[in-house]
Order: sequence, then C-alpha cells, then structure tokens
Amino acid sequence: MHEWALAEAVIAAATRIAEKEKLKEVKEVTIDIGELQQVERDIFQFALSQLKPVSFKNAKFQITTAKTELRCRVCEHTWLFRKQKLDENTAEAIHFVPEVAHVYIKCPKCASPDFEVTKGRGVWLESIKGAK
Amino acid sequence: MVDPRASVINERLKRIGRIIVVSSGKGGVGKSLVATTLALTLSRQGCKVGLFDLDFTSPSTHIILGAKDAQPKEEKGIVPPVVKGLAYMTLVYYSGDQATPLRGADVSNALIELLSVTQWSELDFLVVDMPPGIGDALLDLVRLVRNIEFLIVTTPSLLAFETVKKQVTLLRDVKAPIIGVVENMKMNIAKNIEQKTKKLGLRFLAEIPYDPKVEEAIGDDNKILNTAIAQKIEEICRTTIR
Ligand SMILES: Nc1ncnc2c1ncn2[C@@H]1O[C@H](COP(=O)(O)OP(=O)(O)OP(=O)(O)O)[C@@H](O)[C@H]1O
Ligand SMILES: [Mg+2]
Ligand SMILES: [Zn+2]
Repeated sequence: MHEWALAEAVIAAATRIAEKEKLKEVKEVTIDIGELQQVERDIFQFALSQLKPVSFKNAKFQITTAKTELRCRVCEHTWLFRKQKLDENTAEAIHFVPEVAHVYIKCPKCASPDFEVTKGRGVWLESIKGAK
Repeated sequence: MVDPRASVINERLKRIGRIIVVSSGKGGVGKSLVATTLALTLSRQGCKVGLFDLDFTSPSTHIILGAKDAQPKEEKGIVPPVVKGLAYMTLVYYSGDQATPLRGADVSNALIELLSVTQWSELDFLVVDMPPGIGDALLDLVRLVRNIEFLIVTTPSLLAFETVKKQVTLLRDVKAPIIGVVENMKMNIAKNIEQKTKKLGLRFLAEIPYDPKVEEAIGDDNKILNTAIAQKIEEICRTTIR
C-alpha cells in the first residue's frame, strides 16, 4: 500500500498549486504514471479520493499510464520495459524504488546496466484545472 | 508537469527531533562507522533513533550493524524495520548486495523517492550516512529537507581536510548548520587539524584514535560500542549533541 504515500504526495503538490493559482475549486487533476513503478491504479485512485481536501470535493482524477522507454548509453539501443519478464521480488523492488532497475535490468543488446529511463519512470502531476 | 514527491518530504520527517547528517568531502574517512556508532550510542543512551543510509552506490551501514534479513513493512508508505534498536532504512532492502550503478540523476531520484515514501516513527534523532563529496545526494538533501545539521568527518591528512574546507564553504553558502568536525583515525598527537578547524570558526568535536580492533567488531553492535571510537562518540553525545 505504498501507493498511499504517492497519492499523499500528489494531493500535497496539487493543493500547493491550487493555492498558488488561487483556485477556489479544483475540477480536474491529471496524473501520469510510468509503468516502471507499477502503481496499483485502484488503490491509488481510492487513496486520492480519501485524501482529497474540501476544495477538491468535485475533482476528477484523470490517470494516464505511460509506457517505460529505456535507452542504452553504451550502444544506444532503445526498448520498452516489460514487467512480465521479472520475478515477483524484483518487480516489487522496482515498484518501491524504480532506480534499482539498474540492478536487475540489462540492455537486451549489449548487456550494459548503463541505461537511461527516457519515459515512464513514475508518478507525475500533469495538470490541474479549476475555477477561481 | 510537476514532480509531486518533494511536496511531502518535510511532512514525512516532521516527527523527527533532529536530523544529523554525517558527511565529508573525502571518501574512506570513517563516515559510515561514525554514523552507525553515533546512532547506536544515542540509542543506548535512551533516545529514539533512526539510521538512514544514503550512500546508494556503496552502502556500508548494513554490514557495520550486522543487519540480516530485515525488511521494511508496507503501510501507507514504507516503514523501516527496527535493527539493533534503530529504525533503519537502506536501499539494500531493494538492491540486495548487488552492484547498483546509478548516475547522478538516478541518485537524486532514488533519494527523493525514499524521502517521500518512508514513514519514520517519532524519533529524537535521525542519523544520515552520506556518500563522500558534495554531489547530488548532499545538494538534494539541503535543498529538500528543513532542519538538517552536519557533522563533518576528516582524517589527520591535509588531503582530507582540504576537501572538508570546500564542503564547509558550500554548506555555509546554503546556510546549512554545522555541528562540528571530528578527526578520525588519529595516530599521532599533532594538533594541526584542530587548529585549522577552529580557524574556520568551527567546533572541533573530538579526536578519534585509529583502533585496530574495529575490523573484528564489524557486524556486532555490542563490540562496536566497545571500541575506542565509541568511547569518543559517547563523549561527543554527552558534551555537544544531547
Ligand atoms: N577510527 C578507526 N580506526 C580503525 N579503523 C577505522 C576507523 N575509522 C574507520 N575505520 C575503517 O576505515 C574504513 C573506512 O571507514 P568507513 O567505511 O566508515 O569510511 P567512509 O567515509 O564511510 O567511506 P566511503 O567514503 O567509502 O563511504 C573501514 O574499513 C573502517 O572500518
Ligand atoms: Mg561510507
Ligand atoms: Zn546496449
């Protein structure tokens, strides 16, 4: 359930932005989740709905999922992350701290662990819409 | 686009009395040993203490502590297990004892992730073990965490002290408080590091002797607390930290 902690972070950041933009009511929050972190969407949604403050009462949380793109720094090969290829413990470790992917995943072409996560690492707050 | 994680970090740390970051411009000067011994000492003195290993590429505190098989609990975040009386957090829970090749941006990301999801209990002290130098981990920590204080480790070597001077300049630029400097692995009676420390306007906390018995104490908290190092750290705790 560490989704709860991530949801808390989203609410804290969104609240701060809403205050800065002087929004009285927040109507829509768009969040992008990178596949690498394997966030459980149902739990995440539920946590958001439980944690939201009054000014978010009618807010809709739009969640999109981004494929995870990896790029090897050695041979420049790019590929997509696939959870199915990992055993349960490895997938879980990456779920908690996506950077440990560098321990368990190697470039499929040259076997280097020196790759870059170019897209789809974790949770991003994309946008907030509301009324002043 | 906003990274939401930073917004919650100080909330996660709010039940911690003091955050003491053990740091040095130089590698291999005894940061991990001092940090671990400091945490154990404060804990044996009756304080509630956490230890957080932020040296992701060369973690050592789990070996010094002899932390075996401990795993955090998942509960609205990550709850550090209690190891030898300490709330203990390390990336090793997730990386195992395998090589963890991280570049600067990855170090930053992993650090922000752990800070934003770790649920610390109420603590009097959180001791942080740092990687050497003034790199990403240090810059992120001073950027993101309120109320941190630095304890700086040097050796009698001028080479170590020179890097310490640079680190002190940086920490002063970013207005991070410095508790003082310890001189570790002391093998003679020269006072030059003490004098230079005072000249910088910093508190000289202690000389810690080179203790050849340390090696056999590694992995055993009770033996660690019986070293000459622990004796000195106990003194620092009594006179300065508590
Ligand atoms: N006072 C001391 N007496 C004897 N050995 C010591 C003493 N202090 C540290 N050591 C030994 O020196 C080595 C380096 O110590 P340690 O790993 O704590 O340094 P560090 O600054 O954390 O290194 P790094 O920069 O790699 O993180 C270890 O083998 C440790 O046991
Ligand atoms: Mg160390
Ligand atoms: Zn490659």
